[in-house]
Amino acid sequence: MDQTSTFEKITRGILIVLVLLFFLFPIFWILLMSFQNNDQILRIPPSIAFEPTLQNYTALLTGKLETAAGDLDIAFMRNLGNSLLLSTCAVLLSLALGVPAAYAFARFKFRLGENIAFTLLSFRFAPPLLVLLPLSLYFKQLGLTDTYVGLIWVYQLICLPLILWIVRGYFEDISPDIENAYRIAGHSWWRAFSRIAIPLARPGIAAAALLAFIFAWNNFIFALILASASKQPVTVGALAFVTASGIQYGQIAAAIVLSVTPTLLLALYAQRYLVEGLSLGAVKG
Amino acid sequence: MALSDSVRSNMTLAAKSSPQTSAAARRWSMRRALPYLLSLPALLVCIGILIPFFTAAYYSLMRFRLNLPMMKGFIWFDNYISFLSDAAFWNTMSISLTYAFVTVTVELAFGLGIALLLVRPTRLNNAVSIMLLLPLMTAPALAALMWKLMTNPNFGILSYFVSLLGFDDFRWASDPRTALLTVVLVDVWVYTPFIMILLLAGLRSLPKQPFEAAALDGVPRSFVFFRITLPMLMPYIITATLFRLLDSIQQFDIVYSMTQGGPGDRLMVFQVQAYLEFFQYTNVGRSAALMIVLWAITYALSNLFIKHWLKLRERAHGPA
Repeated sequence: MDQTSTFEKITRGILIVLVLLFFLFPIFWILLMSFQNNDQILRIPPSIAFEPTLQNYTALLTGKLETAAGDLDIAFMRNLGNSLLLSTCAVLLSLALGVPAAYAFARFKFRLGENIAFTLLSFRFAPPLLVLLPLSLYFKQLGLTDTYVGLIWVYQLICLPLILWIVRGYFEDISPDIENAYRIAGHSWWRAFSRIAIPLARPGIAAAALLAFIFAWNNFIFALILASASKQPVTVGALAFVTASGIQYGQIAAAIVLSVTPTLLLALYAQRYLVEGLSLGAVKG
Repeated sequence: MALSDSVRSNMTLAAKSSPQTSAAARRWSMRRALPYLLSLPALLVCIGILIPFFTAAYYSLMRFRLNLPMMKGFIWFDNYISFLSDAAFWNTMSISLTYAFVTVTVELAFGLGIALLLVRPTRLNNAVSIMLLLPLMTAPALAALMWKLMTNPNFGILSYFVSLLGFDDFRWASDPRTALLTVVLVDVWVYTPFIMILLLAGLRSLPKQPFEAAALDGVPRSFVFFRITLPMLMPYIITATLFRLLDSIQQFDIVYSMTQGGPGDRLMVFQVQAYLEFFQYTNVGRSAALMIVLWAITYALSNLFIKHWLKLRERAHGPA
C-alpha cells in the first residue's frame, strides 16, 4: 500500500475533489444565495461574483418581509427559538432519565431491563407515524396538543433510546471493580455512581447527548403533527415559510442557513465524539 | 463479560446477605429494587410507545373516519382486505420498496468507495471525512428544501448545469419521470456519509496481518479486495445496509418537503400516504392499517437487524 504510483495519487486526488464537490457544493451554494437579492438569484447564467447583501438576514431578524404585495410578517426567529428550547429541554430530560437507566442496564442483569431495552430498540425502527397518529388523538384529549411539554415528552422517543443504548455500551466497557472498591470503602451507591461511573463514562454521555440534540433539532414529523405555527421548530417552520413567501428565494436560503448552522457547527466542534457515537450507536450498541 | 458481571454481582449479593443482620437485609432489598427504580423512566417511555401502538392496531380493525363519527365500528380485517384490490396501495408498496432499494444500493456503493478512498488515516483524509459529516447532520427536511432551491426550473443551479448538457426543460421533482431520481439524489446526499462512516470505522479496525501477508506474497489487489477486505468487512456492510433499509422504507421528511408525495401519486411512499389519509381524508382506520403493514415489514427487517447486532455486541463486549 505504501508504494503508490503517481498515477494512483492523482486519481485519488481527483476522486476526493469530486466527493467534496458533491457533498459540500449544496451547502456552499445555499450560503451564497442567502447573500443575494432576488435579481442576482434569478440571473442566468448564475455567477459567483456578486455584491453580497444582508437584506435577507435583516428581514428574518426583524420579522418583516417587504414584498410587492405589502409587508409580510415572518415568525422565523420564533421557530429558531422553539428549536433551541425543544431540543435542549428534550436532551436534558433524556439525560436525567436515561443515564441512570443505562447504568442499571449495564450493571444489573434483570429481566425487565432486557425487555425494556428490546422494546425501545425494536421501536427505534418502527415507523414514527404508527405511534404519532394515535398519540395525536390522545394529546387532543389530554390537552397536550401544541404545548412545549407535550412536544418535549414526545421527543423522548428520539432522545431516550439513543442515550440509553450509547451510554449503556460505555458503562459496560468500564470495569465495575473501581466502583465496587469505592462501595466497599463505605460509600453509598449514589456516590459511586455520581463520583466514579459518570465521570468515567463522560465521553460516551457527551457523544450521546450531542447526537440526541442533533436528532431532536433535525426532527420534522413529530412537530409537523403535534404543533401549530407558534410552537413549531425550524424544520417545519422553514417549509411553512417556503409555502407562505413563495418567491422570496433569498430569504428562504437565509432561513435554511440559519436553521442548519447550529447542528453543523456542533458537528464540526464535536466531530470526534460524533463519529464515535454514530458508529457505537449503530454497530456496538 | 455480561456473564461474569452477573456472577460477580451475585457474589457480592451473597457476601452482603450472609451476615443475617437486618441492616444488611434492608440493603439487600434496596439493592434488588434499585435497578427497577432506575429504569422506571425508561419503562414509562416504553408504555408511552406501546399504548399508542396497540391503539393503532385496534384502529386498523375499525371503520373510523373523523368526519363521519357515526359510521365508527369494528370491521375486523376489512381495511386490510380492501388494500389487496386497491391500486393506490400497491403503488405505495412498489414506490416505497423501489425507493428503499435504490437509495440503499447507491449509498452502499458510494459509501464503500469513499471509505476505501479515505482508509489511510492521513490528515487530509480525516479532514475530508469530517467535512462529509455536514450533509448527514443537516435535517433531511431542510436538505430537501436546499435541493428544491437548486433544482428550481427558473434559477436553480442544477437546472442550469443540466441545460448546459442539452437537457432543456428538465423539471426534476415536478416531472413524474424524474421525481424519484430527484428525491433519491437528496437521500444519497444526506445518508451516504452515514454508510461511509460505519464502513470507514470497520475498515480501520480490520487486523493488519492478512493485508501485510498478501502484500508480501504479491497478491493482486482485486484478489485482496474481494477475498480479504470484503469478507472481513461484511458484518459492517450488513449492519449499515439493514440500518439504512429500515430508515429508507419509512422515508417521510425528504419526500414530504420536496413534493408532498406528488407529482400526482408518483412519490406516495407509506408514511406520506398514511399522513394524507389521516389529515386530508381523516380516515383513521385506513391510515392505521397502512402503518401496521409498514410496521410488519420493518419488524421483519429489524428482527434480522437486532439478531445481527447482538452478535456484534457479543463480539465487542464478550459473550452474554
